[in-house]
Amino acid sequence: MTEFTRRESLTLTAAAIGAALLPSAAMADDDVPTAKVAPMDLKIEKGAELRVLRPAKFVEADEVWWKSNTKKYTDATGIPVKVDFLSWEDIRPQTAVTANTGAGPDIVIGFSSDPQVYAAKLIDITDLANYLGAKYGGWMRLAEIYGQKWGTKEWISIPVGGGNGPTVYRKSWVKEAGYDKIPNDLNDFLTLCQKLKQIGHPAGFSLGHALGDANGYANWLLWTHNAYLVDEKGKIALDSKETIAALKYATELQKHLIDGTLQWNDAGNNQAYIAGKIGLTFNGISIYYALKNSTDPNNQAIAADTLHQTQPFGQSKIAPQSATPMNAMVFKHTKYPNAAKDYLRFMMESEQYGPWLSNCIGYWSQSLKAYAKMKFWDADPNFAPFRTAMDTSFYDGFKGPVTASSSAVTANYTVVDMFASVVTGNATPEEAAKAAAKAAARYYKNA
Amino acid sequence: MDATAQAASVQRLSFVRQPDSWLVRLFDYKPFLVAICMLPTAGLLLVFLTYPLGLGIWLAFTDATIGNPGEFVGLDNFISLWDDPVFWLSVFNTFVYTFVTTIIKFALGLWLALLLNHHIPFKAFIRAIVLLPFIVPTVLSAIAWWWIFSPQFSIVSYVLVDRLGWLDHYINFLGTPWAARWSLIVANVWRGIPFIAITLLAGLQTIPPSLYEAALLDGASGWQRFRRITVPLLMPILSVVLTLSVLFTFTDFQLVYAITRGGPFNSTHLMATLAFQRAIPGSQLGEGAAIAVAMIPFLVAATLVTYFGLGRRKWQQGEAND
Repeated sequence: MTEFTRRESLTLTAAAIGAALLPSAAMADDDVPTAKVAPMDLKIEKGAELRVLRPAKFVEADEVWWKSNTKKYTDATGIPVKVDFLSWEDIRPQTAVTANTGAGPDIVIGFSSDPQVYAAKLIDITDLANYLGAKYGGWMRLAEIYGQKWGTKEWISIPVGGGNGPTVYRKSWVKEAGYDKIPNDLNDFLTLCQKLKQIGHPAGFSLGHALGDANGYANWLLWTHNAYLVDEKGKIALDSKETIAALKYATELQKHLIDGTLQWNDAGNNQAYIAGKIGLTFNGISIYYALKNSTDPNNQAIAADTLHQTQPFGQSKIAPQSATPMNAMVFKHTKYPNAAKDYLRFMMESEQYGPWLSNCIGYWSQSLKAYAKMKFWDADPNFAPFRTAMDTSFYDGFKGPVTASSSAVTANYTVVDMFASVVTGNATPEEAAKAAAKAAARYYKNA
Repeated sequence: MDATAQAASVQRLSFVRQPDSWLVRLFDYKPFLVAICMLPTAGLLLVFLTYPLGLGIWLAFTDATIGNPGEFVGLDNFISLWDDPVFWLSVFNTFVYTFVTTIIKFALGLWLALLLNHHIPFKAFIRAIVLLPFIVPTVLSAIAWWWIFSPQFSIVSYVLVDRLGWLDHYINFLGTPWAARWSLIVANVWRGIPFIAITLLAGLQTIPPSLYEAALLDGASGWQRFRRITVPLLMPILSVVLTLSVLFTFTDFQLVYAITRGGPFNSTHLMATLAFQRAIPGSQLGEGAAIAVAMIPFLVAATLVTYFGLGRRKWQQGEAND
């Protein structure tokens, strides 16, 4: 079927063994329920060739399966596809250059608000989105938020998947602290963290300049207290009594966390957890993935003692977490728009998407509902929170429109720094909320 | 006989010689030659230095964002930065960082240079080792420092707590604003000393030993020799090194970005790191450029002060010393 280099097949085997031999290429046909939908009639351009830009992998299987699926596409259609994997921080500037010069890759797989920013330069792919939605049981809520042009039903990108960070914890230590699972009530959660610290296995959440982790924690603090950055119209709503309550709670919680969380970057909690220094944190599957794929028996033991659970709800009715979506955009400058759409369609079809998704074991969560039915999700209770990760209506810059402004607030750590300055006693909650609202307004002034 | 033959051959040669072609004359024309020799350098400077600098300054006066070329907005970016506490915090941090590290780097660098100027065994080897921090790519050394400053895995904390038992908890190097600033200053000093030590060492070696011998005969003390011979003769090179060091430190980016990214709550953001954060990850190109442009006056001032204030010597203007 496909040819792998020795190295790739080795990692593939390792990933497969690590993931407890998940159903991979030999996936059962009924694993993904599909509706009978007329195939898309895309007139693929003669002599088409495609260049694709996408974010680099964090788990090996992501890149291995993406490449092998792409090769499958080339073998089936004869269309050469060149995929470049770019570090996450380089994606934005490269997308900007592509958009401004009208040259370069035909498809860019970017993040979050990018399709909204470049909406005028993207081809409408509503037909493809509708086809996929109809065939695979509809789109997850978060996929609709990020895939459609804001406030319309026009699709300007295909959300490929989302990465989120639920609670990761050590079963035995949480039990020792008197809990069978992570409580949803915030006071109980505080008590749990307090007890974890007493038994020498504290929890830890980054409030440093860690783009993913710290923003995730800060958003969780806001949303569990019914606080939010902006209202539906994009007006700053951060300076509220709910935010003050969240700040006070964070200050209380900080006392029971491990020292040094203000200097953690995105790898800080991974390292501390794997070294057994913390018993609980919020993170993606990467900690578990690394532990599972380690040959060190100590790490295997930690993996066996690790569980994932959706973040505590607090006052929120739905899981107070979002996922960072990876969304595919087709630029108008492409000479082969139909080939580009066909490539995306191919990558999203169950024969390709299924094995890719299942081998990433939750690093990416599916954007189409039917993939939640796949059996691999049941293979390990640790996968459960990732199965529903995109079933949420929370997003960066909730409740306002998805714009470049919400991404700028995230990139400038405005909300993170608000919490960081209060939990360290460098500002009162009232001062910090006012200052952060003013700082956030800087990015929303043009919105 | 010989002489006539020679004369004949000379005559024949001069007869054969053609008048200079226009090309030869063109290349013999000095202004043209100068221009053509400078062209490659000028071209490189224009394309890779003037154009980006000009574009950066232009962006500072626009509301450009990533994906939108923006429009001219005059001084709007600067006015808005004037009201931005984070910007002023970064200015403050940059000054503290530059001022403190420069003083420490110079004190230690000069001391090291004086030590290395003595006759010591394995001189060449030791001098090579001293250069190591400067040779290692900044990002690599930054990562090493990041581990040293880690709240859970710091080797310093490990030795103090687990080996010596002098402390009962791990040190939170980067967890509070001042601790973080000092930690970064230490890392910068470590990286900056070799450059200063080796350059000053080169300066020390140009001082003729006869001056010291004469002073010794006159009964000058060690301090007097240092004060009256070493310092004045070292001053010209000292001022050049100081200028360069201030420029490097003021525009430092890698060390801070790799270790703290400006955290905790912006207390270690330098103007350079803040400019990058606003412009690229935050996609506000205009505002980021404005922060970068705001560094220019400070840099020019720092250069003027160190260069002319400390090192004004006639030989720098091409004249002999008095």
